[in-house]
Amino acid sequence: MLYFSKLRIISVILFTLLLSYFATSNFFKIDDNFFSRNINLGLDLQGGSYLLLEIDNDPVVTQQLQNKLLQIKNYLKEKKINYKNIILINNNIISFEINEEQLDQTQALFDNDDSDINPYYHQYKSHEFDLSINNNIFLLNFSKYGLINIKSSSQNTAIEIIRRRVDEIGTNEPNILKRGNDRILVELPGLDNPDRIKSLLGKTANLTFRFITQKDEESFGTEKLSFEDSSEVAIVSRRIVLSGDNLIDAKPRMDSQTNETVVSFTLDRVGAKRFAKATLSGVGKRLAIVLDGKIISAPNVREPIVGGSGQITGNFTFQSATDLALLLRSGALPAPLNIIEERTVGPDLGQDSINAGILSLIIGFFLVISFMVLRYKIFGLIANVTLIFNLLLLLGILTLFEATLTLPGIAGIILTVGMAVDANVLIYERIKEELKYEKNQILAFDRGYSKSKTTILDANITTLIAAVILFIMGSGPVKGFSVTLGIGIVTTLFSVYFIARLLTSLYVIKNKFHKKLI
Amino acid sequence: MENKTIPFNNFYKIFNLTSSLLIVISILLLLFKGLNYGVDFKGGTLIEIRTTNNNISISDLRKAFNKMDLGDISVKEFGKKNDFIIKFEKKDKPKENIIENIKKNLSKSIGNNFEFRRVESVGPKVSSELLISGIIAIALSLGAMLIYIWIRFEWQFSLGAIIALFHDVIITLGIFSLFGFEINLSIVAAVLTIVGYSMNDTVVIFDRVRENLRKYSDIKIFDLTNISINETLSRTIITSITTLLALLSIYFFGGEVLKGFSFAMILGVIFGTYSSIYIANPILVFLGVSQRTIIKE
Repeated sequence: MLYFSKLRIISVILFTLLLSYFATSNFFKIDDNFFSRNINLGLDLQGGSYLLLEIDNDPVVTQQLQNKLLQIKNYLKEKKINYKNIILINNNIISFEINEEQLDQTQALFDNDDSDINPYYHQYKSHEFDLSINNNIFLLNFSKYGLINIKSSSQNTAIEIIRRRVDEIGTNEPNILKRGNDRILVELPGLDNPDRIKSLLGKTANLTFRFITQKDEESFGTEKLSFEDSSEVAIVSRRIVLSGDNLIDAKPRMDSQTNETVVSFTLDRVGAKRFAKATLSGVGKRLAIVLDGKIISAPNVREPIVGGSGQITGNFTFQSATDLALLLRSGALPAPLNIIEERTVGPDLGQDSINAGILSLIIGFFLVISFMVLRYKIFGLIANVTLIFNLLLLLGILTLFEATLTLPGIAGIILTVGMAVDANVLIYERIKEELKYEKNQILAFDRGYSKSKTTILDANITTLIAAVILFIMGSGPVKGFSVTLGIGIVTTLFSVYFIARLLTSLYVIKNKFHKKLI
Repeated sequence: MENKTIPFNNFYKIFNLTSSLLIVISILLLLFKGLNYGVDFKGGTLIEIRTTNNNISISDLRKAFNKMDLGDISVKEFGKKNDFIIKFEKKDKPKENIIENIKKNLSKSIGNNFEFRRVESVGPKVSSELLISGIIAIALSLGAMLIYIWIRFEWQFSLGAIIALFHDVIITLGIFSLFGFEINLSIVAAVLTIVGYSMNDTVVIFDRVRENLRKYSDIKIFDLTNISINETLSRTIITSITTLLALLSIYFFGGEVLKGFSFAMILGVIFGTYSSIYIANPILVFLGVSQRTIIKE
């Protein structure tokens, strides 16, 4: 076990130096093209916000079912099938009745693999809708994969809109990731006050322009909406003149005549045409500007607006006008979002944590190396040198993978310091035992190494198992702990079996005629 | 400490009784007093506040927060004098921005001399998911250890090691229950590491027991375990000391956030070391392990 070939010595040295170099690149800013990676600091160390958002898909599902209901009506008419009582039950089941003689024909239309009205997903082996027939009543509800389809499409749209909104605010290196099929994780490093982003993400930003009707009561085709400042209510037509989709730009602006802050907008071609037509016929009427079910303002149409641009008035401050413009530019979310988990750490707490982490690492390291020198003298020194390289290897690997270091991650490194010497302790204690029966010191050292090998492997594999499970199951900062603990075990085994053994063998072979080596 | 042999085995009975008693007490505590779950597992909001005004006391903050209708509120000092932790379980209305409102209300009542250093807010759905995944993680790691040791050793050894593991985890949790220390995600990490450490310690002694079983056919397991414990004792002590040194350094200098984590780990290392000697080994004796156990056929 003490013999090393030249090749092996060289490769151990090269490997160690390479990873040590990676590690040091975190501390000294050297401009080079060869290696420019760094360990990332977790949000708990650099400060920042972690937001987990859940998409509320219920309104989307209802909307899709309403659309489907209309489609089915047209489709059945087209196929000359008589239906009655088509309704949406509980916002989740479409139900309709078919005459006895057309039952089979209708069922075939919905069950067929090439069905136009109930698409078949070949990859899932499932239709969009599950069909059940009760006497002559057809009941349709979204199948599992139909729902998944809706969820993933609204997740894709939402993530795009969120990215635009977050980018507009201009935080550095935001991380926006999917979680499951109805959640989105937003990580915002360096942001100590997430209130503005939270309020921007909390808005769907569904903008519509609709005329206010003269009627006093709600009826089919109209709905009662209140103003944003709750000052009055109005009956608004459901017919949408223009929606946020038609906007190509929006900016906050100061109206020079009234000295009010307004949001000016520019429409796309289709939107401009529709807006011109509607305002032409609607002169004298009030046009409500509705955002997420609340009326922002409802100005009188004094003249047709044909230029394809306009402005939204309201009781805006400059900040709220800026935010509205931002929301309109970035587009509407497909569904409302709820923040279901938030973790925010201020930058100075992060710095305090870094300082505390480094201080405890230094103290822990110092205590352990002093103890080792007291106990094992020269071999304690070897174990300590090994420990230093172990830490450099650990940092080097973290740098190589650009891993994220969290406060629990630092705890994992400190724990590695405490536990890494275990392997050397096992070996040295074993050598001491062997020396009781074996006069040849080199043989005793050799046996010490080989006999302790399985024990060391067993002992480290058990901790590694715990680290791997924590990595798979853990979330957030805790995951950082499992990363450093797990990599720490691997680097410990390497440094003990290559670096420490190399140093030990060099020392032992050089001093083999000493009376008592250890 | 090298040449003396300590008769650990004379105390097997008394320590087994003590441990059984501790386990029963811990289980009773866990059943009747329960654990003090933090926001990670219970849901709710935690705010760490630092004030620049030395005159603000816990009761000032409690008064200010009580006005805000947030449900049950707990206010505690956190480390330094002007640092406080406020926790409440407001069932969230997703549309309103609670944190922003709290900031406004608080500056009305105590003035503009504070900052929010940390905010953690976990919804009920997420917290129950985190709790379940925490329990699964611990169960999985116990299961994985069981399988590993089953492959490496005979079933008598596996049983001993696993009982020792349960012993450590249950008593550590019992102590957390007794003192009402908070259980959060980092405690789960600590428990998993304890599982790893305890196993590590047991495996080292068991390896030696097995080696000695091959070597001596005439020594009874009762004495054989004692020989093995003594032979590995210096390693057991040294590794515990270095690990504890590192952990104590985290406990005292690593900041408030890591206190609970390092405390759980310190308990785990102490009980892990103890249980390898006084739980795992007596079980080998109890199961009548002999040379025949390890030599198959």
